[in-house]
Amino acid sequence: MHSMTLNPPRQKAHHDVPALPRSPVQARQLSKRFGTNTILDNLNLDIRAGEFVALLGRSGSGKTTLLRALAGLDRISSGTLDVPQARAAVFQEPRLMPWKRAWRNVTLGLKIDQPRERARAALAEVGLAHRENAWPSTLSGGEAQRVALARALVREPQLLLLDEPFAALDALTRIRMHQLILSLWRQHRPSVLLVTHDVDEAVLLADRVLVLEKGSIAADIAITQQRPRSAESPQFQKLRTQLLQLLGVEIEAPAAAQPESSAPASIVTPFNFSNFSI
Amino acid sequence: MSVSTLHLPIFRRAICPLVLAALWETASRTGLLPERILAAPSEIFTTLGELIASGEMGSNVLVSLQRVLIGMAVSLPLGTALALIAGLSRQGEVAVDSSMQMARTVPFLGLVPLFILWFGIGEFTKIVLIAYATTFPMYLSLYSGIRGVDSKLVEAARLFGLSYPQQIVHVILPGALPSFLIGLRYSLGVSWLSLVVVEQINATAGLGYLINNARDFMRTDVIVVCLIVYSLLGLATDLLVRGIEHYALAWRPTFIKD
Repeated sequence: MHSMTLNPPRQKAHHDVPALPRSPVQARQLSKRFGTNTILDNLNLDIRAGEFVALLGRSGSGKTTLLRALAGLDRISSGTLDVPQARAAVFQEPRLMPWKRAWRNVTLGLKIDQPRERARAALAEVGLAHRENAWPSTLSGGEAQRVALARALVREPQLLLLDEPFAALDALTRIRMHQLILSLWRQHRPSVLLVTHDVDEAVLLADRVLVLEKGSIAADIAITQQRPRSAESPQFQKLRTQLLQLLGVEIEAPAAAQPESSAPASIVTPFNFSNFSI
Repeated sequence: MSVSTLHLPIFRRAICPLVLAALWETASRTGLLPERILAAPSEIFTTLGELIASGEMGSNVLVSLQRVLIGMAVSLPLGTALALIAGLSRQGEVAVDSSMQMARTVPFLGLVPLFILWFGIGEFTKIVLIAYATTFPMYLSLYSGIRGVDSKLVEAARLFGLSYPQQIVHVILPGALPSFLIGLRYSLGVSWLSLVVVEQINATAGLGYLINNARDFMRTDVIVVCLIVYSLLGLATDLLVRGIEHYALAWRPTFIKD
């Protein structure tokens, strides 16, 4: 089956020791083409050790392609890409094996001593020690995603790839997951690349926000604001507007929106079957 | 749950068949339904008791069971191996699948005369026919099961460093197991079906032989008894596979009990 064959990215061994500590993730002139379609176009990217980077981009901008290249799931077409061997990922869907209990999912493919204890410790970190024997189908969306997080962290990754991991969760669970991911990141200090389409999420969590457009990095904005960050602060709002503009979303000024919302609502509703409940 | 609510639906469901059986019995007793057309239910049960008591039923069921087991012992590994070859590699699919899909459309009953010409009318032909008929359900369901495994799970396993053989063991085979068990159930069903046919070919023992013999002596009671035994055997194997499913697919939401 073609999709199952292993396609490791071109990787250089870390044998040349530079004067400065080199970034664990380095992409130079990285391109990925599917036929004549260029998805990633001479992209350059550095992620420093322990840095939390968020990657924003419109759909079709190549976010997922970049993440897959970093994960080693797809071969790159040209350029160089250095990534640490110890990588792990959490996807939008938890991707747990339904036939393995939670703790066995955590230690999937690991050859370690006392796997059960290690799994239990990892599950305790995400607050799910009591669910170690649960089948994945009995877990809620948030719980399943936390097991997926434990599965990634138990490998002590140097690079943690997060592919819209909170997109399918409800708003309350998402807030709790944001807090959890920050505390786990502080504890384990992996480099993190969070792919998201949620500007607020990016500004809330990351040290640096990248905007991907037409296959290369269109903007690289460092966020110096102290954590925990508040979405109400003016800096946050300014960044948010700036990023949304970069993403091509025009925001109407509140003053301009005012007269529209204060206009009296039309009394005559056009005939529509959905206006009638049966 | 009280006893009455537990048993009431079963009683209710039994009413209709019991009424039908009573009508059948009445028709037989009054001569409306002659014995050479269909024996009375009471007579069928007496005959069943006699056949069991004399040991005739037991020995013939054993012969039939042996044929099924030998046939399945060939078709189960064969169907599984072919499905793995076709399911796990593109080259395997090219090599195996088109031929299997073609062979599957040949009605297996149509092959009986050909197999008799090739292999004679002995035991070998019977077993080859059972094996032939039961290979396809096994192959088809397992093959589609392997191809139906969520590629995202395979990808996750690859990302977490599982080698290809490990991916097969930890992801593809467990993912295809429900389909394998469905295939097993179909195959067992087909095996009893093919038994009915192959045991009409020059058999000197087995359930089919009992039926053939009974036809010659116009013993409709024996024929019906054999049909009942066939269906009981089918039911038993079905229960067996369900038992396996209950244990092996404990992770499925339908089997989970808190």
